[in-house]
Amino acid sequence: MAQIRNFSIIAHIDHGKSTLADRFIQRAKLVEDREFHDQMLDTMDIERERGITIKSQTVCMPYTSAAGEQYILNLIDTPGHVDFSYEVSRALASCEGVLLLVDATQGVQAQTLANMYAALEHQLAIIPVINKIDSPSADIDHTRVEIETELGLDADDAILCSAKEGTGIDDILEAITLRIPPPAGEPEAPLAALIFDAKYDPFRGAIISFRIFDGTIRAGDDIRLMSLGTSHRVEEVGVFRIDRERRPALRAGEVGYVIAGIKTVSDTRIGDTITHVDRPVAAPLPGFREVKPVVFSSIYPVSSEDFDALADSMERYKLNDASLVYQRDSSAALGQGFRCGFLGLLHLEIFQERLEREFDQSIIMTSPSVEFHFVLKSGETIVVDNPVHYPDPIAIDYALEPYIRATILMPDRYLGAVMKLCLDRRGENPRYGYPVPGRIELLFDLPLSEVVYDFYDKLKSVTQGYGSFDYELLDYRRSELVKLDILVNGERVDALAIVVHADRARMRAVNVCERLRKEIPRHLFKIAIQGAIGGKIVARSTVAPFRKDVTAKCYGGDITRKRKLLEKQAKGKKKMRTVGQVMIPQSAFVAVLKTNEEE
Amino acid sequence: MKRNDGSPAAPAWRVPPTAGGAGAGLYVHVPFCRTKCPYCGFYSTPESGNERRWLAALEREAALYRGVFPAFDTLYIGGGTPSLLGAGDVSRLFDTLRGVFVFSAGVEATIEANPDDVDADLLAAWRRLGVTRLSLGVQSFDDAVLRRLRRRHDASTARGAIALAREAGFANLGVDLMYGIEGQTFGSWMRTLETALDHAPEHLSCYELTIDAGTEFGARRAAGTLRGMSETAGRRFLLETSALLRSRGYIHYEVSNFARGAAHVSRHNLAYWRGVPYLGLGPSAHSFGGDERWWNVRPLDAYLGAAEEGRAPVEGRETIGEEERALESLSLGFRTADGVPLATLRRRPDWEAVLDRLVRDSLVSVEGDRAVPTIEGFCVADRIALLFAA
Ligand SMILES: Nc1nc2c(ncn2[C@@H]2O[C@H](COP(=O)(O)OP(=O)(O)OP(=O)(O)O)[C@@H](O)[C@H]2O)c(=O)[nH]1
Ligand code: SF4
Ligand SMILES: [Mg+2]
Repeated sequence: MAQIRNFSIIAHIDHGKSTLADRFIQRAKLVEDREFHDQMLDTMDIERERGITIKSQTVCMPYTSAAGEQYILNLIDTPGHVDFSYEVSRALASCEGVLLLVDATQGVQAQTLANMYAALEHQLAIIPVINKIDSPSADIDHTRVEIETELGLDADDAILCSAKEGTGIDDILEAITLRIPPPAGEPEAPLAALIFDAKYDPFRGAIISFRIFDGTIRAGDDIRLMSLGTSHRVEEVGVFRIDRERRPALRAGEVGYVIAGIKTVSDTRIGDTITHVDRPVAAPLPGFREVKPVVFSSIYPVSSEDFDALADSMERYKLNDASLVYQRDSSAALGQGFRCGFLGLLHLEIFQERLEREFDQSIIMTSPSVEFHFVLKSGETIVVDNPVHYPDPIAIDYALEPYIRATILMPDRYLGAVMKLCLDRRGENPRYGYPVPGRIELLFDLPLSEVVYDFYDKLKSVTQGYGSFDYELLDYRRSELVKLDILVNGERVDALAIVVHADRARMRAVNVCERLRKEIPRHLFKIAIQGAIGGKIVARSTVAPFRKDVTAKCYGGDITRKRKLLEKQAKGKKKMRTVGQVMIPQSAFVAVLKTNEEE
Repeated sequence: MKRNDGSPAAPAWRVPPTAGGAGAGLYVHVPFCRTKCPYCGFYSTPESGNERRWLAALEREAALYRGVFPAFDTLYIGGGTPSLLGAGDVSRLFDTLRGVFVFSAGVEATIEANPDDVDADLLAAWRRLGVTRLSLGVQSFDDAVLRRLRRRHDASTARGAIALAREAGFANLGVDLMYGIEGQTFGSWMRTLETALDHAPEHLSCYELTIDAGTEFGARRAAGTLRGMSETAGRRFLLETSALLRSRGYIHYEVSNFARGAAHVSRHNLAYWRGVPYLGLGPSAHSFGGDERWWNVRPLDAYLGAAEEGRAPVEGRETIGEEERALESLSLGFRTADGVPLATLRRRPDWEAVLDRLVRDSLVSVEGDRAVPTIEGFCVADRIALLFAA
């Protein structure tokens, strides 16, 4: 056990974690040269397409130190984006130390700091690494200063590295063996292993990633998952070396996986403790803090009969994304669904995409909402994350909404356009600086609710793709909030309602009505679409009815073709939701999320 | 089966179930045309000289179905251009059909004809063979419109053909007309209707031009040089046509079809819409056996080849189960004054609310146990069908 080192690579987004992991993988010769490609550990298509890490990944690699000693290094590459910080915090629970990367061209950033604090909380050894020293815009001296002043670490401990060119790799590996302590734990003690991740495999059931704190686990053992008390027979244990590699046993201090034929998805809980049935540990491990979502949205299957399939997929998805929070929800318009909480917009977007790609689920997603606080005249405060639960306006004393600090980085020529965008979105307190000549860093206090729909799309379009956006939650501020109801043919469609600032309500209403007019197909009757605030109609649009829709000729030779057309149209109808007698396509619910200020 | 010529005038809105035949229908596709009309999607070839081979093949094909269908109540010789066949060929065709199949006593035997093909001799020959009904492809009485359609006849030829048919003793005459042609005004259409009415045809088909993808007009539409009628115009033409013809004693019994009294509906076509079995012979012809539909190959060569080898020249088949039958009942039923049995609508759980709304919007009326489209309902019959399709 003295030869084991467990560590995570943590950093702000894009500071080079996965690239550094690549160098380690190559050093350890875990893959043949011809099989190697950049960001080996970003295994999901969606990660490769976007060039970011979404899931933490574990790799176990052998290492022979300069002194000739053999080590087993368990590395966990973590995501840098704030929306996936729960992945980081769970990875840290399995480690004794971290490599804290700082990009020498950017210096210390929000997630550098946040992740370092998380490491400190777990009392981990921290090895600062200054990366990208090969880059012409690297400012090593300045980065050192920031490491001292902003992180409070000794800059002399920082190792210089270029993950891209492979410089400094040996120094880092040596430092890992010297500065990170070996795991503690007792292989002979009762088994206590922490589940920090899992993935569902249709043939083998849950594949559980875990860290063993005490004891030893072998294939054939009978184990118990402590929170539910279910027991299972271990089929296989092993470690991740890019692929799964079977081992006869894993011991205290090791990180690996276990397969125990667990087909009931809900049996596996992230944060749960695995122990032996016949010699259980006295108390479970502490597990993880609860996630606190900031963005909320309801999802429904496109076709209501697919609810069960969606429910299954959600369970399986959740196994592999512990930061998703969801519960059953139902809407008068859309039927059975789920109310979901996300750590941010990217998280929401990734969720939607993975659910469609990996689980083949087509869903309708309602407008993302934030958590609003309503202080009632009675003195009571209620928290509303779903417009459906907007309180009776008469009872409201005042309302509060969450604000973020947005950090927008862009070439300085876009300053004017981005300022305008932020001010349109009720931005306050703008500040800016020039981190590098020609680039501006703009800080704004913005209501989160203004950012949860299409802000990022808009930013990208006004900066022609050159603007980057990051945010952190600030505080709750008083705000004038109203509920905007959307009525289709006189019927309120609950899933289309939004809570919005009073000053922006009318414009949003006009926008939504216009968008819906384009999305709702024509019917046999005229369809009125209305936006209402507190019973007052503030916007309206109309979908004209069909005037003529009938084929002129239909004789013996046309019947089959006509019936097939009808079958096809009827299938298309299944992709729509009926409210009153109006069929609303999935795209209409999505369209509401987009606004167009210019229109 | 008795013909219903003598039945009392049915209400304008109902075609008694007995007005259609109870027996099966027989269709013969004559795949020849002198030239191809730019809008026509039917299968036909401009090559001539193959008529005898086609007839021989048809004889072999017919033989394959001997005894398969019950007595035929209607016969329809369509195409293509049946009037291109000489009197001798038609006579041989009739001999063949009579030799192989059984026809009911009051059989309705229709032949389609182009106005420029008919003369007194041909008409007399058809009469002698037992043709009871003539369907004339007039299309328009406006020469400008006829030129746009590249028809070979003009208005006066058409009028002459009708007169000849009457002289030959055809008491059941159908005239086919078309609207939605570029350059055709509403006034021109109304004049065409009035001219047709001058001849008091027993039957009128008034079609909005359908632009089919595989036709010359289809290519022009794809290229952006031809547009179909707007919905609003199409609706106006249909409603006004219906109003005029009904004021002159016609019943509007299908989206595009009008008859001077229930006795003069096209029994053959009504049978299609009522789900009565039919046999189609000739290239591209479709058949319906009650629980199966099948269709013949289109190209004449392929048809001849198969039939000459004694094989059925069938290209495809499909089984008609309960599901298919219900959908067909919806897509066909709302096209006709028969409407659709309420039982068929029940497939949609909230059918009553949907039906109520249709009744409120005057698109459908409920008559007994059937939902019957109104004239306004005819305009959107395909949409109404879709409402109840699961
Ligand atoms: N010049 C230079 N570029 C580097 C270096 N290391 C990484 N990069 C580049 O920086 C970008 C981000 O690298 P990644 O390894 O994906 O960064 P990451 O920290 O894993 O990013 P996330 O997982 O999304 O947080 C890529 O384009 C890399 O090629 C380096 O040492 N020098
Ligand atoms: S419209 Fe009649 S004549 Fe013209 S090509 Fe078609 S079938 Fe032949
Ligand atoms: Mg990465």
